[in-house]
Amino acid sequence: MDNLESKVLEIIAQQKRVPVENVTVNSSFDELGMDSLDAVNVLFELEGAFDINISDEKARQIKSVREMVEGVRALVAEKKPA
Amino acid sequence: MSRRVVITGLGMISGLGLNVEENWAALREGRSAIGPITSVDTSNLKFKNGAEVRGFHPDTYFPAGAADQLDRFAQFAVVAAREAASSAALPITTAVADRAAVITGSCVGGQTTEDIGFVGIYREGSSRVHPLTIPKTMANAGASHISMEMGIRGPVFTVSTACSSANHAIGQAFWLVRNGVIDVAITGGSEAPFSMGLLKAWEAMRVISPETCRPFSKDRKGMILGEGAAMLVIESLEHAEARGANILGEIVGFGMSSDASHITKPSPEGAALAMKNALRDANISPEQVGYINAHGTGTPVNDPTESAAIRNVFGDKVAVSSTKSMHGHALGAAGALEAVATIMALQHGLLPPTANFTELDPECQLDVVANQARRQEVEYAVSNSFAFGGLNAVLAFRKG
Repeated sequence: MDNLESKVLEIIAQQKRVPVENVTVNSSFDELGMDSLDAVNVLFELEGAFDINISDEKARQIKSVREMVEGVRALVAEKKPA
Repeated sequence: MSRRVVITGLGMISGLGLNVEENWAALREGRSAIGPITSVDTSNLKFKNGAEVRGFHPDTYFPAGAADQLDRFAQFAVVAAREAASSAALPITTAVADRAAVITGSCVGGQTTEDIGFVGIYREGSSRVHPLTIPKTMANAGASHISMEMGIRGPVFTVSTACSSANHAIGQAFWLVRNGVIDVAITGGSEAPFSMGLLKAWEAMRVISPETCRPFSKDRKGMILGEGAAMLVIESLEHAEARGANILGEIVGFGMSSDASHITKPSPEGAALAMKNALRDANISPEQVGYINAHGTGTPVNDPTESAAIRNVFGDKVAVSSTKSMHGHALGAAGALEAVATIMALQHGLLPPTANFTELDPECQLDVVANQARRQEVEYAVSNSFAFGGLNAVLAFRKG
């Protein structure tokens, strides 16, 4: 697990107020009890933590923690000059 | 004492027009007011569209300098109230004034004024804000200005329950007249939500459509903000008959409920309970209702929830439309704009459509009046408002 992944898991854990050990890339949002308001809070924290902009369209496509980690990774990579 | 409560005057200003006639012309044609937002620079916003009031020049409605005393939301309230009082041909005599009420809804009040003041403090290094910031910002400013202008001296107050504000307000006015506390009320709602600070807050909620508003449509992408005001003159049937007033319709029931579950996610049980309460209050059965003006925000979450609630109470035969597809979601004014749309629909036997509709969502199995108004005589109609915070308010109307 790299830093980016652990940071994403930590943000989700903080939002759901659960121990970070309980959140893995294999967790589903349902298992974590994430509702739509939790989701916008997590997206807000991710945007701040990684200085990225997650569009509503992209956000809607994210269905799992794994997709969230990969989505953030892609946006962070886009930011870096080639 | 339980009296019949009739509607004798209507006023409306929205993105669709500056008076009831212009608004109804657009509603019946299925013409949407949604377009690029011009009052706020949207270059730093994820959404670009809204349903703004266009061609509104405050100085043509208020004496020189007077418009500056009112925030935009209060200007709208006064303009709609004047039209309603004028269409009701209601002289506010001393006897009427003491037994008349002004009850309005507003979600965010004069936040445009507040925003301007705070930009000055935080960004431009100003050490002070305009002295009228407080009286312009307060949510009851619209109601107070109507009261002052018309000399109405009975109960005057403003209800703020987010997107249900206007329905809660109209419901209170209805019950006060029905119970004989007052004889006449001017009631409705007003809102002017287009300021950078508030638009940013809505952006963060991720519920605003990047394109248009398509309630109940499979490809809907969210809500679109609107602004404006609508006001109704309501009075007891005896009072209206005694002065020979033209009766436009009747309010027959009001129902409220709270989801008591989640601050933003609506519950079908709460919505259904408010609809049932409105029917019980009206003493009518679901089968008697021919049209529902839905809350219909066009968000992915609202529409299936509301559809389930409607099916639970009414089955799937009742005609449903969301006029928010045309005038946008005017928050604390929404229920008032939709009350006017509903009363006009009953009066004309013409149900305004859900504009921008492309394809029915299987999760929203309803008889949606899509894109074109439907010619249908209806005796009873219901208008739904459901707010963040889980607060539901439903009005039932009867053809005049």
